[in-house]
Order: sequence, then structure tokens, then C-alpha cells
Amino acid sequence: MSDATKYLLDNLNALAAGLFLLTGFGIVAMRQARGCLNLFIAQSLLLAASAALLGLRYDSAHLYGVALVNLISKPIVVPWLLRRTSPAGIYTRREIDQVLNIPTALLIAMALAVGAYFVGIPLAKAVGPDARGPNVSIGIAVLLLGAFTLTVRREALSLLIGLLAMENGAFLAGIAIARDLGMLVELAIATDGLIIVFIMGVLVRAVQKQVGTTAIGDLASLKEGAAEPAADEALS
Amino acid sequence: MSVIVILLLPLIATLLVCVPLGKRWVSGVTVVFCLADLILVVRLAWRVVAGTAPAELRDAAWSKWIAVDGLSALILLLIALIGTTAAIYSVGYMAHENPEPKRLRLYHANYNLFIFSMLAIPVLAEPTLVWIVVELTTLCSALLVSFYNTREALEAAWKYVVLSLMGAGVALFGFLVLFAAMHAGGGGTYTWAGLLAAAPRMPPILLQAAFLLILIGLGTKVGLVPMHTWLPDAHSQAPTPVCALLSGIETTSILYVILRLFPVMQAVPGSHAESWALVLGLISVGTAAFLLLQVHDYKRLFAFSTVEHMGIILTAIGLGASANYGAMQQIVNHSVTKSFCFFAAGAALLAMGTREIAAVRGLIRRSPAAGAALIFGGLAITGAPPLAIFLSEFSILKVGLTQGRYVAMGLLATFIVIAFFGVMAHLNRMVFGAPAIAAPKHNHSEPETAGTFRLPFSCQLALILAAVPVLVLGVYVPKPLHDLLTMAAAALTR
Repeated sequence: MSDATKYLLDNLNALAAGLFLLTGFGIVAMRQARGCLNLFIAQSLLLAASAALLGLRYDSAHLYGVALVNLISKPIVVPWLLRRTSPAGIYTRREIDQVLNIPTALLIAMALAVGAYFVGIPLAKAVGPDARGPNVSIGIAVLLLGAFTLTVRREALSLLIGLLAMENGAFLAGIAIARDLGMLVELAIATDGLIIVFIMGVLVRAVQKQVGTTAIGDLASLKEGAAEPAADEALS
Repeated sequence: MSVIVILLLPLIATLLVCVPLGKRWVSGVTVVFCLADLILVVRLAWRVVAGTAPAELRDAAWSKWIAVDGLSALILLLIALIGTTAAIYSVGYMAHENPEPKRLRLYHANYNLFIFSMLAIPVLAEPTLVWIVVELTTLCSALLVSFYNTREALEAAWKYVVLSLMGAGVALFGFLVLFAAMHAGGGGTYTWAGLLAAAPRMPPILLQAAFLLILIGLGTKVGLVPMHTWLPDAHSQAPTPVCALLSGIETTSILYVILRLFPVMQAVPGSHAESWALVLGLISVGTAAFLLLQVHDYKRLFAFSTVEHMGIILTAIGLGASANYGAMQQIVNHSVTKSFCFFAAGAALLAMGTREIAAVRGLIRRSPAAGAALIFGGLAITGAPPLAIFLSEFSILKVGLTQGRYVAMGLLATFIVIAFFGVMAHLNRMVFGAPAIAAPKHNHSEPETAGTFRLPFSCQLALILAAVPVLVLGVYVPKPLHDLLTMAAAALTR
């Protein structure tokens, strides 16, 4: 492979990773549940693109496998599973009152991304010259953004997307540093993601049926020191 | 093939309980398969101690995927033991709860899957696969936690899944970094044993990053403070036999994964892995001891005590090699005692029909068996002599004091004493308190709680079976178990 091709592939990978980070910010800021899901699908496609580009760059069949698994499982199977398991209204939900307003949330998200950059650089350096792309830093950034999404959201689907984004982030960093993990492991991780979607979909449906809302983050009857749950019921 | 069979049995049981042949069939299948698994695991542990491990463990092709050493065998033994007693307890408990046949099948199918996912943790040798089965333990038990489908149970299950998976996301990155560290250090097979061999060549920064990520990520699932917030909810809302599994062995088997990293970290000079364990452990013990004082729900009481005990084990690990034996002993004693405590709490729940501490008074008159069990469990879990936990806590404190760590051991002892008073004050009032104090709002349950209550036979049997190790291990550690504990402790040092 010529140096020019390598240079091109590296830059294309950087582009994919950059857009990947952007989707991470989008998930923090997006109010519509449907929009969150679309952003997640875009993010997974970018992850697959990054894996394919790195696979081409380092001539690794295993990374093609990662790209393929991501291409099939996340954009296609995840929405299908969600439709099968969770209540119909989940897509149309829109969060009006978030824990933090969007500018503040984005500002914190930005600080997290900058922090991730400084954590990622020494890690990537220690792995060796092959991992010098932006993948490690951006992966950590999206991991943190996903965790941050979990803390500021209340709506079930947004929370689920936050979790899956965390896993995507770990993966984006993973394909740059742990290039030949083994196909069995990759497949198992992909299956695991699908089980997560299934179980959480079932839980959301049960909550919808029992409590009548999908804003699961608002459930807070289990606490220490506060009024007992049974007492609440007796009063209401 | 015995190791593979151990993993296959719960899966077969899962399939069998899905066949609709009535209530006796489903609970019977679970009990029989758990018992068969226990026998196989005991045999395996015996062979590991005797040094005659089965052929597939010595085969190079297999050892890439599965490995059983002293530490794994110990954890396997605990999972199989408590899986069996909890299965026996389930028979009477679920008969009393009387869910629809479909839901009962769901319960038993999930139960067996949960046991499978836990058994796979100590058996698998490849760390990323271990990560996956750790995820599976969360996912298999989520529907068990939400089994009652009440508002609280669903909230608990949701919190449990979200926080555990959040931790798992962080841990996944940790395991990938660990893999990268191995590659940067010249490669080798990515197994626990391979890691141990390659550790001195790995870049310390990667190893340390991986350790912290995994400690925080999986520490969430172990219930270390400040990532413990889901634990008292999930461990109190689930059906009682499941609580015994969650508190007794799930936490322990996840802790096992973290413990596997300590010998690896010892290859890095100045890694401070032990200091992290000591500090996180003490914070967990302290926080849990104070939170214990203000609970309203007696199942939550035991759940917080799990946080406390995970802290004690981690503190012991933090003391270094000389306390490893004590830590292993504490793991065993905590598992057997905590499962007993939850069985006792479940008996109280069956007798009184409420989980609220304030609403339960004079339990000893309503159900002498449940009352006596609850007091015995409380004394055992808080470390009263001559019961099992006293012995292990004492040996941990002794090691710490001989090392001259007076501040840490002083704090640990203080927290243990606070927890003792916290638990016993609540339980004492529940068991011996005058019934008249019962809150008036529970009047509707009055006719139900009049007269004495007879525990289902299988619950009594499970209580007796679970009480035996609690009593015996306090005064006498059998030679094979002692050897196994020594082997397990040795696996924690290079």
C-alpha cells in the first residue's frame, strides 16, 4: 500500500471518528426520542466505517468482521427489537424538562470531551505507533458522553441509547488498540448488546403498563430515610 | 468433560422448565439440576485440591478458554452451594406466593440462566468472555428483580440494569485496554494465566488504566460505595431466594473478577492497587454501617450489610498477601451467612406479609422458627462469636494489627461494631418487640397475622441446610476446605 493511500485512509478514519464524536454530542442534546435513535444509528454506521477503514489500512480481516457485525446488529436489529418489545409510544416521546438545560449540558459535555483527549493521548502513546489516530481519545469521550446522557435523561429510550453509546465509544477506542480480539468475542459482544435492548425493552413495557409512563428516571420511591413507599400509597 | 457438564446442566434445566408440566415439575427440575451441579462442583473442587484436575483443564486447546484453579473452584463451590439451597427454598416460597404457572416457569427459567451465567464467570479464562458473562448475570437477573412487577420492583430492576450496564461499559474499555497492554508487552494468550505471565513486560500506564477502569466498572456491580445506590433496591425488591443469590454469590463472583487483577498488578512496582482496595473497602464499610441505621425495610438491612461485607473483603485484600487467607474465608463465610439471612428474612416476610421493620413486632410469637432464624442470622452476619464471620473478621483484624495499620483497623472495627448495633437493634425490636406498637395503617393485615404461622417445609429445610456451614465454619474449618482456601489465597499473589 502506498504512503498516499495510507495517508488518505488515516484521514478518512479521522473524519469518521470526528463525526462519531459529533453524534455523541447530538445524543446529549437531542430532545426527541426518535432523533436520539437516529443519531445512534448514524453513530453505529460511523463506527462500522471506522472499523472498515482501519481494516483496510492495517489489512486486518478481523476488523472487517467488526464492521459487518456492527452494520447488521445496530442499525437493523436494534430498532426492530425495540419495535417488538417496547410500547409503541416510546418513539414519539419528547423531553420537556431535562435535569440540565441543553446549553449547560453541552458545555459539560465539551469539558468531558476535552478531558478525554488528555486521558487518551498517553494511553494511545503507550500502546504503540499504530494507535496514533484519534480513535482512543474520541472513544473515551463518547464513553463519557454516554454516561453523562444517563445522568441527565429521564426518558427510557434516551437512557438506553446512552448505554449503547457508551458501548460504541468503548468499541471505537477498542478497534484502534485491541485489533485482533477474536471473532468469537466480537460476536458475543454484539449479541450481548442485543440482549440489553431486549431486556430493557421488556422492562420499559412493564413500567409503561404498571406506572403509565416511560420517563423511568422519574421513578424514585426507593430511598433511605425518606417516607416509606407503603406510607406513600396509604396517603394517596 | 466435567467442567463443561457443570455449565451445561443449568442450560438443560432452563429448557426443561419451559415444558409446561405443572408446578412440581418446574421446581423439581431446578432443585435436581442444582443438586447435580453441586455434586459435580464438589468433585471438581476435590480434584483441584488433590492436584488431579480433569483432562480438559490440562489440555492446551481448552486452557485458552476455560481454566479452574483454587480461586475459581472456591467461587464455583459457593455458587453451586447457594444455588442449591436457594432452589430448595424457592419451592416452598414460590408455592406460598403462588404466581401463575407461566410466571413460575419464567421465574425458574431465569433462575437457571442466572446460575449458568454465574457459574461461567470463574470457569472462563479469557477476560473479555468473562466480561460478557458478567453482563449476562445482570441481564438474566433483571427479570428476576422485576418479578413482582410492582412499581418499586420495576424501579429497582431498571436502576440495577442501567447502573450495572453503565459500569460494564467502563469495564469493557478496561478489558480492551488490558488486551492492548498485553499486545504492547509482546503478546501471549489473552487469559488470566497469560496476563499473569506477561504482566512484567506490559506498559505500567496501560495496566494501571485498565485496573482502575475495571475496578470502577465492575465495582459498580459489586456494590462498592459510591457506586452502590442500586444494590439495596435490587437486593430487596427481588423474590427472597433471588435476593439470597444476588447478595450471597453474585456480588462475590463479580468481586472474583476484580481479585484476578491483583496478582497482575503486583508486577507493576508502585501500582498502589492494594491502597485502592483498602480505601474503597473502608469507605464502603463505613458508609454501609451508617446507612444500616436508618433503613425501614429489613431486606434492605441485609442488602446494606452486603455492601459492608464487600467492603470488608476488599479491605482485607488491601492489607496484602498475609490477609489473603482471611479474605477468602470472609468470602465463604459471607456467602453462606448472607444467604441464610435472606432465607430468614423471607420467612419473616411470609409470616408477616410486610417488609417494613416498623410493622413487624413480636415475630417470635407469630412464627418461632422465623423469629429465631432472623436473630440467629443477624448475630451471624454481624460477626458474633462463635459463628463463621466472627472467625474471618477476627483473622483479618489480627493481620492488620500485626502490620501496624492501627488507623485502618480501628476504623474497620468501629464500623463493624456500628453495623452490629444497627442490625441487631432493628432485628431485636422486630423479633421480641411488643406487637401493640404495630402501625395502625396495617390493620388490614391483622386477621392474616393472628395466630402462629407455619413455614413451608422446604423453607425450613433450606434454613437448616444453610445454618450448618454458618455454625460449623465458626469453630472448625475442614482440611479440604482449608487447602482450597490456601490455594485460593495463593492465587492472589504472584
